[in-house]
Amino acid sequence: MRTPWYAKAGFWLLIVAIVIFAIFPFYYAIVSSLRSGQALFSSSVWPDSVSIANYVSVFTGQPFGRNILNSVVVAVSVVAISLFLGVTAAYALGRVTFRGRGLLLLTILSVSMFPQVAVLSGMFELVRAFGIYNSLWSLILSNMILTLPFTVWVLTTFMRELPKELEEAAFVDGASPWVVVSRIFLPLMWPAMVTTGLLAFIVAWNEFLFALTFTLSTEQRTVPVAIALLTGATQFELPWGNIMAASVTVTVPVVVLVLIFQRRIVSGLTAGAVKG
Amino acid sequence: MAMSAKSSELTRARVRSAWLFLSPMLVVLALVAGWPLVRTIYFSFTDATLSNLSDYDFIGFANFIEYYEGEWYGVIVDPDWWRAVYNTIWFTVVSVGLELILGMIVALTLNAAFPGRGMLRAAILIPWAIPTIVSAQMWGWMLHDQFGVLNAILMGIGIISQPVAWTASPDTALWAVVMVDVWKTTPFMALLILAALQMLPSDCYEAARVDGINPIKVFFKVTLPLIRPALMVAIIFRALDALRIFDLIYVLTSNSRDTASMSVYARQQLVDFQQVGYGSAASTLLFLIIALLIIVTLMVGRVRLGEDPR
Amino acid sequence: MAEVVLKKVVKRFGNVEIIHAVDLDIRDGEFVVFVGPSGCGKSTLLRLIAGLEDISDGDLMIGGKRVNSFSPKERGISMVFQSYALYPHMTVYENMAFGLELAKSSKEEIRKAVEQAADILELTPLLDRLPKNLSGGQRQRVAIGRAIVREPKVFLFDEPLSNLDAALRVQMRIEIAKLHKDMGVTMIYVTHDQVEAMTLADKIVVLNAGNVEQVGHPLELYHNPRNLFVAGFIGSPRMNFIETTVDSATGDTVTMGLPGGGRAVAKVDGARVKSGQKVTLGIRPEHIVLEPAESMVTGKIDVIEQLGEAYLLHVRLADRSLVTAKIPGDAPQKEGDEVTLGFDGALCHVFDEKGSAVPRIIAAQAA
Repeated sequence: MRTPWYAKAGFWLLIVAIVIFAIFPFYYAIVSSLRSGQALFSSSVWPDSVSIANYVSVFTGQPFGRNILNSVVVAVSVVAISLFLGVTAAYALGRVTFRGRGLLLLTILSVSMFPQVAVLSGMFELVRAFGIYNSLWSLILSNMILTLPFTVWVLTTFMRELPKELEEAAFVDGASPWVVVSRIFLPLMWPAMVTTGLLAFIVAWNEFLFALTFTLSTEQRTVPVAIALLTGATQFELPWGNIMAASVTVTVPVVVLVLIFQRRIVSGLTAGAVKG
Repeated sequence: MAMSAKSSELTRARVRSAWLFLSPMLVVLALVAGWPLVRTIYFSFTDATLSNLSDYDFIGFANFIEYYEGEWYGVIVDPDWWRAVYNTIWFTVVSVGLELILGMIVALTLNAAFPGRGMLRAAILIPWAIPTIVSAQMWGWMLHDQFGVLNAILMGIGIISQPVAWTASPDTALWAVVMVDVWKTTPFMALLILAALQMLPSDCYEAARVDGINPIKVFFKVTLPLIRPALMVAIIFRALDALRIFDLIYVLTSNSRDTASMSVYARQQLVDFQQVGYGSAASTLLFLIIALLIIVTLMVGRVRLGEDPR
Repeated sequence: MAEVVLKKVVKRFGNVEIIHAVDLDIRDGEFVVFVGPSGCGKSTLLRLIAGLEDISDGDLMIGGKRVNSFSPKERGISMVFQSYALYPHMTVYENMAFGLELAKSSKEEIRKAVEQAADILELTPLLDRLPKNLSGGQRQRVAIGRAIVREPKVFLFDEPLSNLDAALRVQMRIEIAKLHKDMGVTMIYVTHDQVEAMTLADKIVVLNAGNVEQVGHPLELYHNPRNLFVAGFIGSPRMNFIETTVDSATGDTVTMGLPGGGRAVAKVDGARVKSGQKVTLGIRPEHIVLEPAESMVTGKIDVIEQLGEAYLLHVRLADRSLVTAKIPGDAPQKEGDEVTLGFDGALCHVFDEKGSAVPRIIAAQAA
């Protein structure tokens, strides 16, 4: 069976369309971010000006560097705590048979589907009670609801894949369950932990609702809030050049990370969803 | 497994440590999810306000519905709430539907063997990796009524004769939201479908090819039924995600009544209008809707849980 | 040093009983092999002894102590797994040292024990390697080494050779036999390979569907199988079974008619059967000769299989049933030839309707 030329051409046309659809907005954001002043209004799809004025002004006009740091601190803390709590829980849920395990897994899965708004007022009260309103701690606390169930779920599916004999050999060697987790499984789980951590990092990095609600001052904002609330010289004019520059600044590292780890990410995404 | 005298030290040690290992995670989960949810539901029966969360009265169902001097009040009779419900459901159905179709096309393309397949997969991951707020802003700029590139292109090829205010006009604003969401989430859908496609047994296809069956027929008669379970999971995940949409709408259409989703409506009542009780009532309703959907899904879908590790 | 005793040991998964009240006595220093078809429960039985599965009912004693509720470590066992189960992120040295390290032995002790084990198993040059850089045979040795260093009272093997190729399997079999002789420790070994069972065991336990069919010395099982199952399972090619009826039964002789006018005169306890009773005659292929004898049957050659040192004749009898004969040398016959199969009555086995063996008069040593 030979494929006719028009079918081949159609196939490649489809691929080109998919690629343009996927990367054009990001490409155009980069092009726009490099246009300053009147050039910004050219609406040509080709790069016709290279100016870093927008990048300079986004970092000088507001504490954007600080905002990036905030996002990194929040995301890294959330990932670290989630992974630590998640990996021990994943051993229990993935490898030990006990009464109530199915129900627990179900609960954790349900929590990962909670609408954030449903906990907003209760969380607000909690944040006030702990005296952490308008501080990064409030975001670390609230982001756990997004990353923890997800981390537990994905790590549990990875934990199930490890061979049973390894655990049994360790028990015969006299290992306690804690030794099995820390000395045998943890070293083997590193790839899974990297994948899960990366996914959780992206979730925390992108979080908007809690960050918008629990921070007040510009210095405490995380990147998404800073970008959403970026204001220009006058109240009525949105500084699109700056917004594009800020967007590109925070997106490039994430895109690079994703491209480097693309295989792991794909396996992590599908492990979390398909095997449910 | 019961901890009877018959179970060995090993079994007992494992079950004991299982609970020990679980407890920190469960405590944190109860703190960040369980307790706030309970409080939110509780607040929905009070007249609490944001400025003073500790001083409130219990007012029963008044936030939901109340008859006062010949008029009905409460979330359930608020036309804005019903508008938000309608917007959310419309958005969910349209965006998940489009993502499913486009995701399927992308997945089938990626499933074919051709040079540069890895590059294509990398390219479609980019929209997924971009933070929602950033993609909202990027598209906001592309959809700008005066200087947006989309208007320029469409006018250039003569599809429209004058600029369209995509995000501001009530006719197109929700479509704009759908467009951005489809752009951002189709990769996720495509990857899930691709994973399902790659698990299919290849001998079915070889048999079909030997029998000379039309590829389109093969797709509908063989492929689709085989990947249906995976499709259902992907659709449910996406639908539950779409139902709680907040950030995209909040940024792209700047808090407009015409495009508000349930989440946007609830947060507006809660934070902007400071009415914690009323906002919590709306949140509770949203929670109930999603909880109901989850329960129905789990019962119908028979999600396999808690089976033994191999 | 320890003997292992099982008393009415039962294993249930949910409501399904997998092991039915097994009684077993394993003496100190004995090499015991569990054999049986797949799914017979032999691995489960081993895991019950190891402490990796809970015993549902009955008692397990190791060294005179009831150990049902003990963890594997407390039982003083070590185990070699079918998949080796080496820790992939640890070197050979670390793999072997892990158990001692957990037992809080001193660094010096650990080093000595590991080096000694490495020496015995010729692993010394490999101590710094990771498992992924070892061949199958080397991994197997590391798995054994890991089991040795802990100086267990009981050594458990779960089909340890089934992942190796045939030549390596023979070599490792010999090494395990030597190890047993040197260490003198109780070993329990699970396999589905009857050659391994015959060559290694002091005592074979034949299991079938969760029951012990027979326990005994390998030759005892070969010569005096207690029932049809054991008779068919031990020996290769498997024993021929011919269904027939008893013509006459006297003190030490039972005479049976065979298809196509043949007959068999078996030297078994005649008091156990009556004439007219339905029985099954069993005769091993290697006990058949191609000349007329007191017991004989004729048939047509269906298939000839040349093995080199011998050949197998699959002979179709008058009632269409097949009998296999193993004859030394090269086959002069061709397929389709008529042959006469003769055999010594003293080598015949007779089984009653329930499948139990009728005791042979001439004991095992006769062969």
